[in-house]
Amino acid sequence: MTAALINVPKKAKRGDIIEIKTLMSHIMETGYRHTTSGQIVPRDIITSFACRYNGEEIFRADLFPATAANPFISFFTVATESGKFDFEWIGDNGFSETASASITVE
Amino acid sequence: MREQKATRRRFLRLAGSAAAIGAIPIVSVRPVEATPETMANAIRTVIGNAPVQTGKVKLDIPPLVENGNSVPMVVSVASPMTSTDYVKSIHVFNEKNPQPNLGNFFLGPRAGRAQVSTRVRLADSQKITAIARLSDGSLWSATAEVVVTLAACTEEVI
Repeated sequence: MTAALINVPKKAKRGDIIEIKTLMSHIMETGYRHTTSGQIVPRDIITSFACRYNGEEIFRADLFPATAANPFISFFTVATESGKFDFEWIGDNGFSETASASITVE
Repeated sequence: MREQKATRRRFLRLAGSAAAIGAIPIVSVRPVEATPETMANAIRTVIGNAPVQTGKVKLDIPPLVENGNSVPMVVSVASPMTSTDYVKSIHVFNEKNPQPNLGNFFLGPRAGRAQVSTRVRLADSQKITAIARLSDGSLWSATAEVVVTLAACTEEVI
């Protein structure tokens, strides 16, 4: 089960600028919160996100505890050719998730 | 006449107590907090000592935020985004969260439009600064003030 939501247009004209929206379900525990007994809740966040378009990296982001829970990231790219977008999230405690979406460029 | 006086007295008493309640200072204790200095240091760590100019960058963030746990933020940079003139990266910093970074975003000439949206946490009312590094090495920035009524990051877990 993947916990990602990806929004990529299914079709685009060559040269179009398209928006890619991504959402990954994750608690993004900051590591700055305490329980009522005073214990620190250990940090558990996604630290990096990357998007590849037919193998080539087109976008990358470093995330911090200041990123809201269930990180939402949206960005743009030029539709150059039909193919596949690969998304990857990496985080604390060995967190690693991938997702992909395909696009037809006419 | 007598009744009117009573009403007035009661009104004054009520007003007085309301003022007393209003005068109780609201103290919030934060164990950890970044400061404008740590933000400046974080900026230096990420971009070095190169001069930063104001302009080109647009930082869209609501000026008044009710809930600091999820604040929508859009950063865009005026750039033609051609293979010779494009935005390499966008870095966003804050003054008063426990740590000074909000995000680093790495783009390329293939992005078409230099714009990134995300949602961030804000622990206090503060200044947010976005800095863009262009392909020619120049740095451009924009700053926005945000007022936060419900803080994020350090609240107790119930």
